[in-house]
Amino acid sequence: MKGGRFWAWVVFALGAAYFFIPLIATVEFSMRMRRGAYSLDAYKVVLGDARFQATFGYSVLAAIFTIILGVLIVVPAAYWIRLRLPQLRPVVEFITLLPLVIPAIVIVFGYIRMYGSNSPLPFLATDTGTNALLVIGYATLALPYMYRAVDTGLRTIDVRTLTEAAQILGAGWSTIITRVILPNVLIAVLSGAFLTFAIVIGEFTMASLLNRPAFGPYLQNIGANRAYEPAALAIIAFAITWGCMSLIQILSRFAPKSANRPN
Amino acid sequence: MTDLSFSDHAVAGKTAPPAEARRLRLPTQWLGVAPFFIFAIMFLILPTLYLMLGAFQNDAGEFTLENIAALAQPSIVAAYWISIKVSLASSLIGAFAGLAIAIAIVRGGLPDWIRSATLTFSGVASNFAGVPLAFAFLATLGRLGLATVILNTLFGLNIYAHGFNILSFWGLTLTYVYFQIPLMVVIIVPAIDGLKKEWGEAAATLGATMSQYWRMVVIPVIWPSFLGTVILLFANAFGAIATAYALTGSSLNIVPILLYAQIRGDVLHNAHLGYAIAFGMIVITGLANVFYIWFRTRSERWLK
Repeated sequence: MKGGRFWAWVVFALGAAYFFIPLIATVEFSMRMRRGAYSLDAYKVVLGDARFQATFGYSVLAAIFTIILGVLIVVPAAYWIRLRLPQLRPVVEFITLLPLVIPAIVIVFGYIRMYGSNSPLPFLATDTGTNALLVIGYATLALPYMYRAVDTGLRTIDVRTLTEAAQILGAGWSTIITRVILPNVLIAVLSGAFLTFAIVIGEFTMASLLNRPAFGPYLQNIGANRAYEPAALAIIAFAITWGCMSLIQILSRFAPKSANRPN
Repeated sequence: MTDLSFSDHAVAGKTAPPAEARRLRLPTQWLGVAPFFIFAIMFLILPTLYLMLGAFQNDAGEFTLENIAALAQPSIVAAYWISIKVSLASSLIGAFAGLAIAIAIVRGGLPDWIRSATLTFSGVASNFAGVPLAFAFLATLGRLGLATVILNTLFGLNIYAHGFNILSFWGLTLTYVYFQIPLMVVIIVPAIDGLKKEWGEAAATLGATMSQYWRMVVIPVIWPSFLGTVILLFANAFGAIATAYALTGSSLNIVPILLYAQIRGDVLHNAHLGYAIAFGMIVITGLANVFYIWFRTRSERWLK
Protein backbone atom coordinates (compact mmCIF):
# COMPACT_ATOMS: atom_id res chain seq x y z
CA MET A 1 0.00 0.00 0.00
CA LYS A 2 3.04 2.29 0.02
CA GLY A 3 2.45 3.23 -3.62
CA GLY A 4 -1.17 3.95 -2.76
CA ARG A 5 -0.18 6.39 -0.05
CA PHE A 6 2.24 8.16 -2.37
CA TRP A 7 -0.49 8.72 -4.96
CA ALA A 8 -2.92 9.84 -2.26
CA TRP A 9 -0.43 12.55 -1.29
CA VAL A 10 0.04 13.56 -4.93
CA VAL A 11 -3.73 13.86 -5.47
CA PHE A 12 -4.14 15.77 -2.23
CA ALA A 13 -1.29 18.15 -3.06
CA LEU A 14 -2.65 18.86 -6.55
CA GLY A 15 -6.09 19.51 -5.11
CA ALA A 16 -4.71 21.76 -2.40
CA ALA A 17 -2.75 23.71 -5.01
CA TYR A 18 -5.83 24.23 -7.19
CA PHE A 19 -7.85 25.43 -4.22
CA PHE A 20 -5.25 27.56 -2.47
CA ILE A 21 -3.60 29.33 -5.40
CA PRO A 22 -6.73 31.38 -6.23
CA LEU A 23 -7.13 32.32 -2.57
CA ILE A 24 -3.49 33.36 -2.26
CA ALA A 25 -3.67 35.22 -5.57
CA THR A 26 -6.80 37.04 -4.46
CA VAL A 27 -5.27 38.05 -1.13
CA GLU A 28 -2.14 39.22 -2.93
CA PHE A 29 -4.14 41.15 -5.53
CA SER A 30 -6.32 42.77 -2.88
CA MET A 31 -3.23 44.25 -1.20
CA ARG A 32 -1.71 45.75 -4.36
CA MET A 33 -3.76 48.95 -4.32
CA ARG A 34 -0.93 51.18 -3.06
CA ARG A 35 1.87 51.34 -5.58
CA GLY A 36 5.07 49.53 -4.62
CA ALA A 37 3.96 48.24 -1.24
CA TYR A 38 1.43 45.81 0.14
CA SER A 39 -1.35 47.53 2.05
CA LEU A 40 -4.89 47.03 3.24
CA ASP A 41 -6.08 50.11 1.35
CA ALA A 42 -8.57 48.16 -0.77
CA TYR A 43 -10.25 46.82 2.37
CA LYS A 44 -10.37 50.31 3.88
CA VAL A 45 -11.95 51.72 0.74
CA VAL A 46 -14.50 48.89 0.56
CA LEU A 47 -15.47 48.91 4.22
CA GLY A 48 -15.70 52.70 4.21
CA ASP A 49 -17.95 52.75 1.15
CA ALA A 50 -21.44 53.85 2.14
CA ARG A 51 -22.95 51.65 -0.58
CA PHE A 52 -21.12 48.62 0.82
CA GLN A 53 -22.63 49.26 4.24
CA ALA A 54 -26.11 49.90 2.84
CA THR A 55 -26.22 46.88 0.51
CA PHE A 56 -24.60 44.56 3.02
CA GLY A 57 -27.08 45.67 5.68
CA TYR A 58 -29.93 45.13 3.24
CA SER A 59 -28.78 41.60 2.44
CA VAL A 60 -28.26 40.72 6.10
CA LEU A 61 -31.81 41.85 6.79
CA ALA A 62 -33.11 39.89 3.79
CA ALA A 63 -31.24 36.82 5.04
CA ILE A 64 -32.77 37.13 8.51
CA PHE A 65 -36.30 37.41 7.09
CA THR A 66 -35.55 34.49 4.77
CA ILE A 67 -34.50 32.35 7.71
CA ILE A 68 -37.62 33.27 9.70
CA LEU A 69 -39.88 32.53 6.72
CA GLY A 70 -38.05 29.27 6.02
CA VAL A 71 -38.42 28.11 9.62
CA LEU A 72 -42.12 29.02 9.70
CA ILE A 73 -42.78 27.00 6.57
CA VAL A 74 -40.48 24.05 7.07
CA VAL A 75 -40.63 23.22 10.78
CA PRO A 76 -44.40 22.66 11.09
CA ALA A 77 -44.49 20.73 7.80
CA ALA A 78 -41.54 18.47 8.62
CA TYR A 79 -42.89 17.86 12.14
CA TRP A 80 -46.40 17.11 10.98
CA ILE A 81 -45.17 14.72 8.32
CA ARG A 82 -43.14 12.78 10.85
CA LEU A 83 -46.06 12.68 13.25
CA ARG A 84 -49.21 12.23 11.21
CA LEU A 85 -48.73 12.25 7.46
CA PRO A 86 -45.78 10.00 6.62
CA GLN A 87 -47.46 9.16 3.33
CA LEU A 88 -46.75 12.72 2.18
CA ARG A 89 -43.01 12.41 2.74
CA PRO A 90 -42.10 11.46 -0.86
CA VAL A 91 -44.19 14.37 -2.20
CA VAL A 92 -42.62 16.89 0.16
CA GLU A 93 -39.13 15.58 -0.50
CA PHE A 94 -39.74 15.89 -4.22
CA ILE A 95 -40.94 19.49 -3.83
CA THR A 96 -37.97 20.44 -1.67
CA LEU A 97 -35.66 19.12 -4.38
CA LEU A 98 -37.33 21.23 -7.08
CA PRO A 99 -35.28 24.39 -6.40
CA LEU A 100 -32.22 22.33 -7.33
CA VAL A 101 -33.91 21.44 -10.63
CA ILE A 102 -35.42 24.77 -11.56
CA PRO A 103 -32.69 27.41 -11.93
CA ALA A 104 -33.12 30.53 -9.78
CA ILE A 105 -33.31 32.70 -12.87
CA VAL A 106 -36.34 30.74 -14.09
CA ILE A 107 -38.09 31.02 -10.73
CA VAL A 108 -37.60 34.77 -10.55
CA PHE A 109 -38.66 35.14 -14.20
CA GLY A 110 -41.90 33.39 -13.24
CA TYR A 111 -42.38 35.81 -10.31
CA ILE A 112 -41.87 38.84 -12.55
CA ARG A 113 -44.50 37.60 -14.98
CA MET A 114 -46.98 36.33 -12.41
CA TYR A 115 -46.81 38.99 -9.71
CA GLY A 116 -46.38 42.14 -11.83
CA SER A 117 -48.26 45.38 -11.17
CA ASN A 118 -51.24 44.31 -13.31
CA SER A 119 -51.67 40.87 -11.81
CA PRO A 120 -54.23 39.87 -9.16
CA LEU A 121 -51.40 39.68 -6.62
CA PRO A 122 -49.30 42.74 -7.47
CA PHE A 123 -46.21 42.08 -5.33
CA LEU A 124 -44.08 44.13 -7.70
CA ALA A 125 -46.29 47.22 -7.50
CA THR A 126 -44.72 48.41 -4.24
CA ASP A 127 -41.25 48.42 -2.73
CA THR A 128 -42.39 46.46 0.29
CA GLY A 129 -44.02 43.90 -1.95
CA THR A 130 -40.86 43.51 -4.03
CA ASN A 131 -38.76 43.12 -0.89
CA ALA A 132 -41.20 40.47 0.28
CA LEU A 133 -40.96 38.72 -3.07
CA LEU A 134 -37.15 38.70 -2.82
CA VAL A 135 -37.34 37.11 0.64
CA ILE A 136 -39.84 34.58 -0.70
CA GLY A 137 -37.55 33.80 -3.61
CA TYR A 138 -34.61 33.33 -1.25
CA ALA A 139 -36.72 31.04 0.91
CA THR A 140 -37.38 28.82 -2.12
CA LEU A 141 -33.65 28.73 -2.91
CA ALA A 142 -32.92 27.71 0.68
CA LEU A 143 -35.80 25.22 0.87
CA PRO A 144 -33.77 22.07 0.02
CA TYR A 145 -31.15 22.87 2.66
CA MET A 146 -33.56 24.04 5.35
CA TYR A 147 -35.86 21.04 4.94
CA ARG A 148 -32.99 18.56 5.02
CA ALA A 149 -31.46 20.18 8.09
CA VAL A 150 -34.75 20.22 10.02
CA ASP A 151 -35.71 16.71 8.94
CA THR A 152 -32.34 15.37 10.05
CA GLY A 153 -32.84 17.12 13.38
CA LEU A 154 -36.29 15.62 13.81
CA ARG A 155 -34.96 12.15 13.04
CA THR A 156 -32.75 12.26 16.12
CA ILE A 157 -35.57 12.95 18.57
CA ASP A 158 -38.62 10.87 19.37
CA VAL A 159 -41.29 13.17 17.96
CA ARG A 160 -44.23 10.94 18.81
CA THR A 161 -43.41 10.36 22.48
CA LEU A 162 -42.52 14.00 23.06
CA THR A 163 -45.79 15.11 21.49
CA GLU A 164 -47.88 12.61 23.46
CA ALA A 165 -46.16 13.53 26.70
CA ALA A 166 -46.83 17.20 26.06
CA GLN A 167 -50.46 16.47 25.18
CA ILE A 168 -50.95 14.47 28.37
CA LEU A 169 -49.62 17.45 30.29
CA GLY A 170 -52.25 19.58 28.57
CA ALA A 171 -50.19 21.44 25.99
CA GLY A 172 -51.80 22.83 22.84
CA TRP A 173 -50.27 22.60 19.38
CA SER A 174 -48.58 25.98 19.48
CA THR A 175 -47.03 25.15 22.86
CA ILE A 176 -45.87 21.78 21.59
CA ILE A 177 -44.18 23.28 18.55
CA THR A 178 -42.62 26.34 20.17
CA ARG A 179 -41.71 24.88 23.57
CA VAL A 180 -41.12 21.19 22.94
CA ILE A 181 -40.20 20.50 19.32
CA LEU A 182 -38.38 23.70 18.35
CA PRO A 183 -35.93 23.67 21.28
CA ASN A 184 -35.11 20.06 20.47
CA VAL A 185 -34.33 20.76 16.82
CA LEU A 186 -32.85 24.19 17.46
CA ILE A 187 -29.36 23.14 16.50
CA ALA A 188 -30.56 21.63 13.23
CA VAL A 189 -32.60 24.76 12.53
CA LEU A 190 -29.57 26.95 13.22
CA SER A 191 -27.44 24.85 10.86
CA GLY A 192 -30.04 25.38 8.16
CA ALA A 193 -30.13 29.07 9.07
CA PHE A 194 -26.39 29.59 8.64
CA LEU A 195 -26.39 27.72 5.36
CA THR A 196 -29.27 29.91 4.22
CA PHE A 197 -27.29 32.97 5.28
CA ALA A 198 -24.27 31.84 3.27
CA ILE A 199 -26.40 31.27 0.17
CA VAL A 200 -28.43 34.45 0.43
CA ILE A 201 -25.85 37.05 1.44
CA GLY A 202 -24.17 37.42 -1.95
CA GLU A 203 -27.02 36.19 -4.15
CA PHE A 204 -27.03 38.03 -7.45
CA THR A 205 -29.66 36.75 -9.89
CA MET A 206 -32.88 37.33 -7.98
CA ALA A 207 -31.80 40.58 -6.35
CA SER A 208 -30.63 41.99 -9.64
CA LEU A 209 -33.73 41.03 -11.62
CA LEU A 210 -36.01 42.38 -8.90
CA ASN A 211 -33.90 45.58 -8.80
CA ARG A 212 -33.18 45.33 -5.09
CA PRO A 213 -30.23 47.24 -3.57
CA ALA A 214 -28.66 44.02 -2.29
CA PHE A 215 -25.05 42.95 -1.77
CA GLY A 216 -24.86 40.68 -4.85
CA PRO A 217 -25.66 43.36 -7.44
CA TYR A 218 -23.31 45.73 -5.57
CA LEU A 219 -20.51 43.16 -5.88
CA GLN A 220 -21.18 42.80 -9.59
CA ASN A 221 -21.17 46.57 -10.04
CA ILE A 222 -17.85 46.97 -8.22
CA GLY A 223 -16.40 44.12 -10.26
CA ALA A 224 -17.27 45.88 -13.49
CA ASN A 225 -15.83 49.24 -12.42
CA ARG A 226 -12.90 48.78 -10.03
CA ALA A 227 -9.57 46.97 -10.03
CA TYR A 228 -8.50 46.03 -6.50
CA GLU A 229 -11.69 46.31 -4.49
CA PRO A 230 -13.27 43.19 -6.05
CA ALA A 231 -10.41 41.06 -4.75
CA ALA A 232 -10.88 42.49 -1.26
CA LEU A 233 -14.63 41.81 -1.51
CA ALA A 234 -13.96 38.23 -2.64
CA ILE A 235 -11.84 37.67 0.46
CA ILE A 236 -14.54 39.21 2.67
CA ALA A 237 -17.18 36.97 1.03
CA PHE A 238 -14.98 33.92 1.49
CA ALA A 239 -14.52 34.81 5.16
CA ILE A 240 -18.30 35.11 5.60
CA THR A 241 -18.89 31.71 3.97
CA TRP A 242 -16.13 30.23 6.10
CA GLY A 243 -17.67 31.75 9.23
CA CYS A 244 -21.10 30.29 8.45
CA MET A 245 -19.69 26.82 7.79
CA SER A 246 -17.56 26.91 10.94
CA LEU A 247 -20.59 27.85 13.01
CA ILE A 248 -22.48 24.87 11.53
CA GLN A 249 -19.58 22.58 12.44
CA ILE A 250 -19.37 23.93 15.96
CA LEU A 251 -23.14 23.57 16.37
CA SER A 252 -23.10 19.98 15.14
CA ARG A 253 -20.96 19.07 18.16
CA PHE A 254 -23.86 20.01 20.40
CA ALA A 255 -26.43 18.07 18.39
CA PRO A 256 -27.83 14.84 19.88
CA LYS A 257 -25.86 11.99 18.36
CA SER A 258 -28.51 9.34 17.78
CA ALA A 259 -32.13 8.51 18.30
CA ASN A 260 -32.95 6.63 21.47
CA ARG A 261 -36.44 5.71 20.47
CA PRO A 262 -37.95 2.26 20.81
CA ASN A 263 -39.21 1.81 17.25
CA MET B 1 -28.23 15.51 1.19
CA THR B 2 -27.70 11.90 0.39
CA ASP B 3 -30.29 10.54 2.74
CA LEU B 4 -33.73 9.92 1.37
CA SER B 5 -34.94 7.50 3.97
CA PHE B 6 -38.31 5.95 3.53
CA SER B 7 -37.78 3.43 6.29
CA ASP B 8 -39.94 4.90 9.03
CA HIS B 9 -42.73 5.44 6.53
CA ALA B 10 -44.14 2.00 7.04
CA VAL B 11 -43.54 1.94 10.79
CA ALA B 12 -45.30 5.21 11.49
CA GLY B 13 -48.22 4.24 9.25
CA LYS B 14 -48.89 1.11 11.25
CA THR B 15 -48.62 2.51 14.75
CA ALA B 16 -51.34 5.17 14.43
CA PRO B 17 -54.47 3.81 16.13
CA PRO B 18 -57.31 3.68 13.59
CA ALA B 19 -59.89 5.44 15.81
CA GLU B 20 -57.68 8.46 16.37
CA ALA B 21 -56.73 8.57 12.73
CA ARG B 22 -60.39 8.75 11.69
CA ARG B 23 -61.13 11.56 14.11
CA LEU B 24 -58.19 13.58 12.83
CA ARG B 25 -58.85 13.07 9.15
CA LEU B 26 -60.70 16.38 9.21
CA PRO B 27 -59.08 19.42 7.58
CA THR B 28 -57.10 19.98 10.81
CA GLN B 29 -54.99 17.03 9.70
CA TRP B 30 -53.66 19.19 6.88
CA LEU B 31 -53.23 22.39 8.86
CA GLY B 32 -49.61 21.67 9.76
CA VAL B 33 -48.51 21.16 6.18
CA ALA B 34 -50.78 23.82 4.67
CA PRO B 35 -48.25 26.70 4.84
CA PHE B 36 -45.66 24.55 3.15
CA PHE B 37 -47.94 23.49 0.32
CA ILE B 38 -49.44 26.94 -0.20
CA PHE B 39 -45.94 28.38 -0.35
CA ALA B 40 -44.65 25.69 -2.72
CA ILE B 41 -47.63 26.03 -5.05
CA MET B 42 -47.66 29.81 -5.13
CA PHE B 43 -43.95 30.50 -5.35
CA LEU B 44 -42.42 27.44 -6.90
CA ILE B 45 -44.87 25.41 -8.92
CA LEU B 46 -47.28 28.00 -10.35
CA PRO B 47 -44.57 30.46 -11.54
CA THR B 48 -42.78 27.60 -13.26
CA LEU B 49 -45.98 26.27 -14.83
CA TYR B 50 -46.84 29.80 -15.95
CA LEU B 51 -43.60 30.00 -17.92
CA MET B 52 -43.95 26.48 -19.28
CA LEU B 53 -47.48 27.18 -20.52
CA GLY B 54 -46.38 30.57 -21.85
CA ALA B 55 -43.79 28.80 -23.95
CA PHE B 56 -46.65 27.17 -25.87
CA GLN B 57 -48.75 30.31 -26.34
CA ASN B 58 -48.60 33.30 -28.65
CA ASP B 59 -49.42 36.88 -27.68
CA ALA B 60 -53.13 36.24 -28.19
CA GLY B 61 -52.99 33.33 -25.77
CA GLU B 62 -53.52 30.65 -28.42
CA PHE B 63 -51.65 27.37 -28.42
CA THR B 64 -48.60 27.35 -30.66
CA LEU B 65 -45.32 25.54 -31.16
CA GLU B 66 -43.73 28.55 -32.82
CA ASN B 67 -41.81 29.63 -29.71
CA ILE B 68 -40.25 26.22 -29.31
CA ALA B 69 -39.44 26.15 -33.01
CA ALA B 70 -37.88 29.61 -32.70
CA LEU B 71 -35.35 28.18 -30.26
CA ALA B 72 -33.69 26.69 -33.33
CA GLN B 73 -32.26 30.04 -34.41
CA PRO B 74 -28.45 29.97 -34.48
CA SER B 75 -27.78 32.42 -31.62
CA ILE B 76 -30.01 30.50 -29.19
CA VAL B 77 -28.73 27.09 -30.27
CA ALA B 78 -25.18 28.40 -29.79
CA ALA B 79 -26.08 29.62 -26.28
CA TYR B 80 -27.52 26.23 -25.32
CA TRP B 81 -24.55 24.46 -26.86
CA ILE B 82 -21.93 26.49 -24.97
CA SER B 83 -23.92 26.11 -21.74
CA ILE B 84 -24.11 22.37 -22.17
CA LYS B 85 -20.40 22.18 -23.01
CA VAL B 86 -19.35 24.25 -19.98
CA SER B 87 -21.68 22.31 -17.66
CA LEU B 88 -20.58 18.95 -19.02
CA ALA B 89 -16.86 19.76 -18.95
CA SER B 90 -16.97 21.29 -15.47
CA SER B 91 -19.11 18.47 -14.06
CA LEU B 92 -16.92 15.72 -15.54
CA ILE B 93 -13.64 17.35 -14.50
CA GLY B 94 -15.11 18.20 -11.10
CA ALA B 95 -16.46 14.69 -10.67
CA PHE B 96 -13.26 12.81 -11.50
CA ALA B 97 -11.04 15.20 -9.56
CA GLY B 98 -13.48 15.11 -6.64
CA LEU B 99 -13.60 11.32 -6.71
CA ALA B 100 -9.81 11.12 -6.75
CA ILE B 101 -9.56 13.47 -3.78
CA ALA B 102 -12.30 11.61 -1.91
CA ILE B 103 -10.59 8.25 -2.44
CA ALA B 104 -7.25 9.77 -1.44
CA ILE B 105 -8.55 11.15 1.86
CA VAL B 106 -10.74 8.16 2.78
CA ARG B 107 -8.67 5.21 1.56
CA GLY B 108 -5.25 6.70 0.88
CA GLY B 109 -3.84 6.25 4.37
CA LEU B 110 -3.41 9.99 4.88
CA PRO B 111 -3.48 11.42 8.41
CA ASP B 112 -6.97 11.93 9.90
CA TRP B 113 -6.70 15.69 10.13
CA ILE B 114 -6.35 15.89 6.35
CA ARG B 115 -9.69 14.16 5.95
CA SER B 116 -11.55 16.46 8.31
CA ALA B 117 -9.78 19.58 7.00
CA THR B 118 -10.63 18.62 3.41
CA LEU B 119 -14.27 17.99 4.28
CA THR B 120 -14.57 21.31 6.12
CA PHE B 121 -12.91 23.16 3.28
CA SER B 122 -15.16 21.40 0.76
CA GLY B 123 -18.20 22.58 2.67
CA VAL B 124 -16.96 26.14 2.39
CA ALA B 125 -15.74 26.00 -1.21
CA SER B 126 -18.89 24.32 -2.53
CA ASN B 127 -20.79 27.35 -1.24
CA PHE B 128 -18.23 29.86 -2.42
CA ALA B 129 -19.76 30.60 -5.79
CA GLY B 130 -21.36 33.52 -7.49
CA VAL B 131 -19.74 36.89 -8.04
CA PRO B 132 -16.86 36.62 -5.49
CA LEU B 133 -15.63 33.42 -7.15
CA ALA B 134 -15.33 35.28 -10.42
CA PHE B 135 -13.27 37.96 -8.65
CA ALA B 136 -10.94 35.34 -7.23
CA PHE B 137 -10.28 33.83 -10.64
CA LEU B 138 -9.79 37.21 -12.25
CA ALA B 139 -7.16 37.92 -9.58
CA THR B 140 -5.54 34.56 -10.35
CA LEU B 141 -5.79 34.00 -14.08
CA GLY B 142 -6.80 37.42 -15.39
CA ARG B 143 -4.30 39.32 -17.49
CA LEU B 144 -2.69 40.75 -14.34
CA GLY B 145 -3.51 37.79 -12.12
CA LEU B 146 -0.90 36.25 -9.87
CA ALA B 147 -0.72 32.90 -11.67
CA THR B 148 -0.56 34.59 -15.08
CA VAL B 149 2.26 36.88 -13.96
CA ILE B 150 4.24 34.15 -12.20
CA LEU B 151 3.98 31.78 -15.14
CA ASN B 152 5.18 34.58 -17.38
CA THR B 153 8.09 35.86 -15.28
CA LEU B 154 9.36 32.56 -13.85
CA PHE B 155 8.72 30.18 -16.72
CA GLY B 156 8.43 32.61 -19.62
CA LEU B 157 5.02 31.16 -20.38
CA ASN B 158 2.56 33.79 -21.49
CA ILE B 159 -0.71 31.88 -21.32
CA TYR B 160 -2.62 34.70 -22.97
CA ALA B 161 -0.26 34.56 -25.97
CA HIS B 162 -1.06 30.86 -26.17
CA GLY B 163 -4.74 31.54 -26.59
CA PHE B 164 -5.92 31.21 -22.99
CA ASN B 165 -8.49 33.71 -21.85
CA ILE B 166 -10.34 33.76 -18.55
CA LEU B 167 -13.33 35.12 -20.49
CA SER B 168 -13.65 31.96 -22.52
CA PHE B 169 -14.98 28.43 -22.44
CA TRP B 170 -11.96 27.05 -20.60
CA GLY B 171 -11.72 30.04 -18.30
CA LEU B 172 -15.33 29.58 -17.21
CA THR B 173 -14.97 25.81 -16.93
CA LEU B 174 -11.87 26.10 -14.77
CA THR B 175 -13.74 28.56 -12.53
CA TYR B 176 -16.83 26.36 -12.18
CA VAL B 177 -14.63 23.42 -11.22
CA TYR B 178 -13.83 25.37 -8.04
CA PHE B 179 -17.29 24.65 -6.65
CA GLN B 180 -17.87 21.39 -8.55
CA ILE B 181 -14.95 19.45 -7.03
CA PRO B 182 -15.88 20.21 -3.39
CA LEU B 183 -19.52 19.39 -4.07
CA MET B 184 -18.44 16.01 -5.44
CA VAL B 185 -16.21 15.43 -2.41
CA VAL B 186 -19.01 16.29 0.03
CA ILE B 187 -21.48 13.92 -1.66
CA ILE B 188 -19.20 11.02 -2.58
CA VAL B 189 -17.23 10.65 0.67
CA PRO B 190 -20.21 9.06 2.48
CA ALA B 191 -20.58 6.64 -0.45
CA ILE B 192 -16.94 5.61 -0.18
CA ASP B 193 -17.32 5.35 3.59
CA GLY B 194 -20.25 3.03 2.90
CA LEU B 195 -17.96 0.50 1.27
CA LYS B 196 -17.84 -2.12 3.96
CA LYS B 197 -14.49 -3.38 5.11
CA GLU B 198 -15.87 -6.92 5.00
CA TRP B 199 -16.24 -6.71 1.22
CA GLY B 200 -12.52 -6.12 0.85
CA GLU B 201 -11.78 -8.96 3.24
CA ALA B 202 -14.25 -11.26 1.49
CA ALA B 203 -12.69 -10.43 -1.86
CA ALA B 204 -9.22 -11.08 -0.46
CA THR B 205 -10.36 -14.39 1.04
CA LEU B 206 -11.67 -15.45 -2.34
CA GLY B 207 -8.26 -14.65 -3.78
CA ALA B 208 -9.08 -11.41 -5.57
CA THR B 209 -6.23 -9.07 -6.45
CA MET B 210 -6.41 -5.39 -5.59
CA SER B 211 -7.39 -4.49 -9.15
CA GLN B 212 -10.08 -7.18 -9.23
CA TYR B 213 -11.47 -5.85 -5.95
CA TRP B 214 -11.66 -2.35 -7.39
CA ARG B 215 -13.00 -3.43 -10.77
CA MET B 216 -15.60 -5.92 -9.52
CA VAL B 217 -16.63 -4.53 -6.12
CA VAL B 218 -15.77 -0.88 -5.56
CA ILE B 219 -16.55 0.59 -8.97
CA PRO B 220 -19.92 -1.20 -9.43
CA VAL B 221 -21.02 -0.08 -5.95
CA ILE B 222 -19.88 3.55 -6.25
CA TRP B 223 -20.85 3.92 -9.89
CA PRO B 224 -24.53 4.85 -9.43
CA SER B 225 -23.89 7.51 -6.80
CA PHE B 226 -20.96 8.78 -8.84
CA LEU B 227 -23.04 9.08 -12.00
CA GLY B 228 -25.91 10.58 -10.04
CA THR B 229 -23.62 13.22 -8.62
CA VAL B 230 -22.20 14.03 -12.06
CA ILE B 231 -25.74 14.81 -13.14
CA LEU B 232 -26.35 16.96 -10.08
CA LEU B 233 -23.14 18.88 -10.83
CA PHE B 234 -24.29 19.31 -14.41
CA ALA B 235 -27.61 20.84 -13.36
CA ASN B 236 -25.77 22.95 -10.81
CA ALA B 237 -23.52 24.47 -13.46
CA PHE B 238 -26.25 24.76 -16.07
CA GLY B 239 -28.43 27.07 -14.02
CA ALA B 240 -25.60 29.21 -12.63
CA ILE B 241 -25.34 32.75 -13.88
CA ALA B 242 -23.67 35.05 -11.35
CA THR B 243 -20.13 33.73 -11.76
CA ALA B 244 -20.29 33.77 -15.54
CA TYR B 245 -21.88 37.21 -15.65
CA ALA B 246 -19.30 38.75 -13.31
CA LEU B 247 -16.46 36.99 -15.09
CA THR B 248 -17.29 37.54 -18.71
CA GLY B 249 -20.00 40.22 -18.75
CA SER B 250 -21.99 39.17 -21.77
CA SER B 251 -19.02 38.14 -23.90
CA LEU B 252 -19.69 34.44 -23.35
CA ASN B 253 -23.30 33.91 -24.28
CA ILE B 254 -24.46 31.03 -22.11
CA VAL B 255 -28.22 30.37 -21.80
CA PRO B 256 -28.76 31.91 -18.33
CA ILE B 257 -27.04 35.11 -19.48
CA LEU B 258 -29.19 35.18 -22.61
CA LEU B 259 -32.30 34.73 -20.48
CA TYR B 260 -31.06 37.40 -18.08
CA ALA B 261 -30.69 39.88 -20.94
CA GLN B 262 -34.12 38.89 -22.24
CA ILE B 263 -35.76 39.50 -18.84
CA ARG B 264 -34.01 42.84 -18.42
CA GLY B 265 -34.74 44.27 -21.84
CA ASP B 266 -36.58 41.84 -24.10
CA VAL B 267 -33.52 41.56 -26.36
CA LEU B 268 -35.25 38.86 -28.39
CA HIS B 269 -38.26 41.15 -29.01
CA ASN B 270 -40.64 38.36 -28.20
CA ALA B 271 -41.76 37.75 -24.62
CA HIS B 272 -42.89 34.21 -25.36
CA LEU B 273 -39.50 33.30 -26.77
CA GLY B 274 -38.13 34.10 -23.31
CA TYR B 275 -40.62 31.59 -21.86
CA ALA B 276 -39.44 29.04 -24.39
CA ILE B 277 -35.80 29.54 -23.33
CA ALA B 278 -36.79 29.07 -19.67
CA PHE B 279 -38.77 25.98 -20.69
CA GLY B 280 -35.71 24.58 -22.44
CA MET B 281 -33.61 25.11 -19.32
CA ILE B 282 -36.17 23.33 -17.15
CA VAL B 283 -36.33 20.43 -19.60
CA ILE B 284 -32.56 19.99 -19.54
CA THR B 285 -32.08 20.26 -15.76
CA GLY B 286 -35.28 18.27 -15.20
CA LEU B 287 -34.11 15.39 -17.39
CA ALA B 288 -30.78 15.49 -15.60
CA ASN B 289 -32.52 15.18 -12.25
CA VAL B 290 -34.78 12.34 -13.36
CA PHE B 291 -31.58 10.41 -14.07
CA TYR B 292 -30.13 11.56 -10.75
CA ILE B 293 -33.06 10.23 -8.73
CA TRP B 294 -33.00 7.00 -10.70
CA PHE B 295 -29.30 6.43 -10.06
CA ARG B 296 -29.63 7.33 -6.42
CA THR B 297 -32.38 4.84 -5.69
CA ARG B 298 -30.16 2.22 -7.32
CA SER B 299 -27.17 3.18 -5.21
CA GLU B 300 -29.15 3.21 -1.96
CA ARG B 301 -29.67 -0.52 -2.16
CA TRP B 302 -26.00 -1.02 -1.42
CA LEU B 303 -25.14 1.88 0.81
CA LYS B 304 -27.74 1.45 3.53
